[in-house]
Amino acid sequence: MSQPLHAPLDIAFDYTRSLGPTLSAFASALAERRILGARAADGLVHAPPFEYDPVTAAPPAELVEVGPGGTVVSWSWMHRPLEGQPLDHPFGWALIRLDGADTAMLHAVDAGSADQMRTGMRVWPRWSHSRGGGITDIACFVPQEPEAAAQTVKQPEITMITTPIRLGYDHTVSPGEDSFLRGLAEGRLIAQRCPACGKVYLPPRGACPTCGVPTATQVELPDTGIVTTFCVVNVPFVGQQVPVPYVAASVLIDGADIAIQHLILGCAPDEVRMGMRVRAVWKPREQWDTSMRNIDHFEPTGDPDAPYDTYAHHL
Amino acid sequence: MTDVAVIGFAQAPGERHSPATTNGVEMLVPIFGEVFEATGLAKDDIDFWCSGSSDYLAGRAFSFVSAVDAIGAFPPVMESHVEMDGAWALYEAWLKILTGEAEIALAYGFGKSSAGNLRRVLSLQLDPYLLAPLWPDSVSVAALQARAGLEAGVWTQEQMAEVAVRSRADGAGNPKAVRPRSDGSRSAVDLLAEPYVADPLRAHDCAPVTDGAAVVILAAGDRARALAERPAWITGFEHRIDSAALGARDLTTSPSAASAGAAAGAARAQVAELHAPFTHQEIILRNALCLGDEVRISPSGGALTGNPMFAAGLARIGSAATEIMAGRADVALGHATSGPALQQNLICVMEAK
Repeated sequence: MSQPLHAPLDIAFDYTRSLGPTLSAFASALAERRILGARAADGLVHAPPFEYDPVTAAPPAELVEVGPGGTVVSWSWMHRPLEGQPLDHPFGWALIRLDGADTAMLHAVDAGSADQMRTGMRVWPRWSHSRGGGITDIACFVPQEPEAAAQTVKQPEITMITTPIRLGYDHTVSPGEDSFLRGLAEGRLIAQRCPACGKVYLPPRGACPTCGVPTATQVELPDTGIVTTFCVVNVPFVGQQVPVPYVAASVLIDGADIAIQHLILGCAPDEVRMGMRVRAVWKPREQWDTSMRNIDHFEPTGDPDAPYDTYAHHL
Repeated sequence: MTDVAVIGFAQAPGERHSPATTNGVEMLVPIFGEVFEATGLAKDDIDFWCSGSSDYLAGRAFSFVSAVDAIGAFPPVMESHVEMDGAWALYEAWLKILTGEAEIALAYGFGKSSAGNLRRVLSLQLDPYLLAPLWPDSVSVAALQARAGLEAGVWTQEQMAEVAVRSRADGAGNPKAVRPRSDGSRSAVDLLAEPYVADPLRAHDCAPVTDGAAVVILAAGDRARALAERPAWITGFEHRIDSAALGARDLTTSPSAASAGAAAGAARAQVAELHAPFTHQEIILRNALCLGDEVRISPSGGALTGNPMFAAGLARIGSAATEIMAGRADVALGHATSGPALQQNLICVMEAK
């Protein structure tokens, strides 16, 4: 099978997280250039601190200052750093047991090259230029002891952190969607029919949701249909491309068994009704691509309305 | 308690870059057909469906809903989903049969791991406050674990390479394994001459990024006896989890696997399909599950020859069940893992009766 249409899909979201008492104290201390660990009931100090003891589920007995120096207990080498990681040039990942702690913290070590990394090496934090980012307040660790201790400056309490998440994908459409989208680029509506029940899907769905079998048979449909149901949009929102009020409708293309969503323009919103016959209004041909955007909207044909019984089972 | 058995298994061929969508339909439709044909069942016979997949892998919300098209879910069916490997969907399906609400249940898992950058996507399963903001990728986290064991003397690089050699040789006989990863032509010495991907891990230590899907059918009591000549009866099904704090646990052991294995009766297994995406993790699991040299390990080639996210664990259970159904073993173990550095482990022990 040839590769169906595919395109980059980049998604991003800033996760804003409230920290709770323990992690808030940890982040607030980092903003002041101090590192806190949590002392458990058994006396062991966990750094970074736990919110609840992994064994007993008890909250920390107390928070204690650790580090800032520490010892590498395991490491790896990142030849080609990935987006979002602490450094954009090759660096070591390390589990670092901070002085005074019994557990290790995962962070980056700016060591220059892999042959500078070893278990047992001493490292110290290099602080970020910004404050209030929680664990990222430590930009990375370095193998050189700082000449002077970091200046501790009283900071406001940190109760939230924001973590931007950006991911990139190569999004691929299904074979059925591929023929549908390529059809749109030629001004055609290409649907598929289920070989078992005969239902026609526009756009094609890959498998018939009733029968679970692939819908491989192609069917070309006209660009006319009926409004099965609709709503009048009166609420403005970010990114809206049509001035309110306008009509968003389910349009059942003639010959299809599922409706598509589209705009109804070319008449006043209060003239739109269920059963109204409509036709696609295509954008100028030179603007066409493999996209549903090629159809700008639907408009009334002026033909008599379809009787309710002809579309009732598609509602 | 109701006796429940695996009576059917199918998996899609593992691919490095499938042309399929992230909703799994193209990979699932053929394997549903395959497992129905093998068992003589039809979709209307399935009382309960449960899937495992991930929106982060697909890059969109509710991606599993589209996959439901592949099962023909109209009129509506009893259906559920876990944002975990399909092995945990199988666990839910098993419970559903035990409650008496279903007699025949189907679990499936699917993942198009190649759609995004898997190493980055998997960093989002880490602690969201202390780890994920640094984007530690999955291979680097495994490398920290591998070095911990090397330097503690729990395993050697040679032993890790031997795991890869055996896995590749076994994968060569499995038509569903990823090509050309699966071949037995390279020795451990050859493999150890290769450069590091993430010191101390080399390419042969890491499972290939794999697109794929798997399906397993469970049946209760007499239904299972009627549907399969040699059902793989589930005699132990347990899952456990270790702390998410990577620096607070001994990465060279797996207490969760040991605990789940002990509860499920792992020590009696004659063959074990282990979901070890990294060579050293197979060694950790063998130690935790007390699997001696007489136990055949991952005759399918295991995850090192095909690791479709959210399906590979289910495929391990299906492969282990196949050993029983085909008469090659009387007690078989399927294992699934999830999370970084073997954080979460599930053990399913199956027996012939």
